[in-house]
Amino acid sequence: MRPARHCEARGDEAIQKGGTARLECFASLAMRGTLATFLALTLTAPAVAEIPLDERRSGFDLMSPETQAMQRDDTANPGMLWVGEGEALWNRKEGGAQRACADCHGDAAQSMRAVAARYPAFSAELGRPIDLQGQVNLCRARRQDAPPLRFESQELLALTTYVAHQSRGLPVAALDDERLVPFREAGRRRFLERQGQLNFSCANCHEDNWGKKLAGNIIPQAHPTGYPIYRLEWQGMGSLQRRLRNCLTGVRAEPYAFGAPELIELELYLNWRARGLPIEAPGVRP
Amino acid sequence: MARTLINVPPKAKRGDVISVKTLISHVMESGYRHSTTGAAIPRDIIRSFAASYNGAEIFRAELYPAIAANPFISFHTVATESGTLEFKWEGDNGFAQTASAKITVE
Repeated sequence: MRPARHCEARGDEAIQKGGTARLECFASLAMRGTLATFLALTLTAPAVAEIPLDERRSGFDLMSPETQAMQRDDTANPGMLWVGEGEALWNRKEGGAQRACADCHGDAAQSMRAVAARYPAFSAELGRPIDLQGQVNLCRARRQDAPPLRFESQELLALTTYVAHQSRGLPVAALDDERLVPFREAGRRRFLERQGQLNFSCANCHEDNWGKKLAGNIIPQAHPTGYPIYRLEWQGMGSLQRRLRNCLTGVRAEPYAFGAPELIELELYLNWRARGLPIEAPGVRP
Repeated sequence: MARTLINVPPKAKRGDVISVKTLISHVMESGYRHSTTGAAIPRDIIRSFAASYNGAEIFRAELYPAIAANPFISFHTVATESGTLEFKWEGDNGFAQTASAKITVE
């Protein structure tokens, strides 16, 4: 048992940060008769300090001025090629129903405005959250009588980029749908859970060490505001799921399959964590 | 999927130096890679790009396997007269794409 002195020295800050410090101090604090104060702090403070809302920064802010300029200029941002392709697909009749997205949803500039800002959303039909890619494929199955588009196929990326682009500049919505809470919490737990041979959690890099360098790259805070993104390293477009699988491989963990509930839960939590930040889709990242 | 994005200022003063930016979607497969089964992935790149201003060629570039996917090519020219800038990309497997942009010179 650690002496009580140890707790005093670290003070409330240690308690706020939670984790092991809290456990170490538990017994000695109780002995000193401050159990009530301790419990009050425990109940109000999050287990791990999230990045305060006013300190959150998009990965855009951490990029080189050249890459920022590339994203800003719609004729230099390669993601705009997928926006153009997505617009063509939006109006193309598909499947057995010979129906286009536009036949139900009309002009995407109006009907899809702010939609990407509130995804992943709860699907009453499936009883679980669904992201934009899942929603596109659900629409294809239910309304267009068409086979699902393959994950990371150019068509699916183009359609999701086109839809996400309609929300550019709008803030990520704080999804307060009660039904999403358990899934979001599961995503949060996964974000904090260490995994892989390197035994890292997402938070180890993106909360504790953002702004520092990992190899030659600056570690961002991991706000998914630009997705789908054009990543220079990929020389192409990719979804948030591709990026998440990338990170999992990076810590030498077994990546979840595309479309897996674990990935959707992570997407949900990341969007909650980025609430209020402006959407940049299509983003450019190094 | 071949799609282009062109940025030419719609208006310019005679004698102005203008910036022309072009972007085209293309995989630019180098020909040096192998698939997971070990089979060579054949080269598929854009080999040439040319720009003309009212029919006269003003810029030409040759492209090679080391050039990234979705090549972005930017150059400068002098705005001499109103008219059309035409762009042409050609490459492996009979790839050919054209695009154009209008400019008004005052």
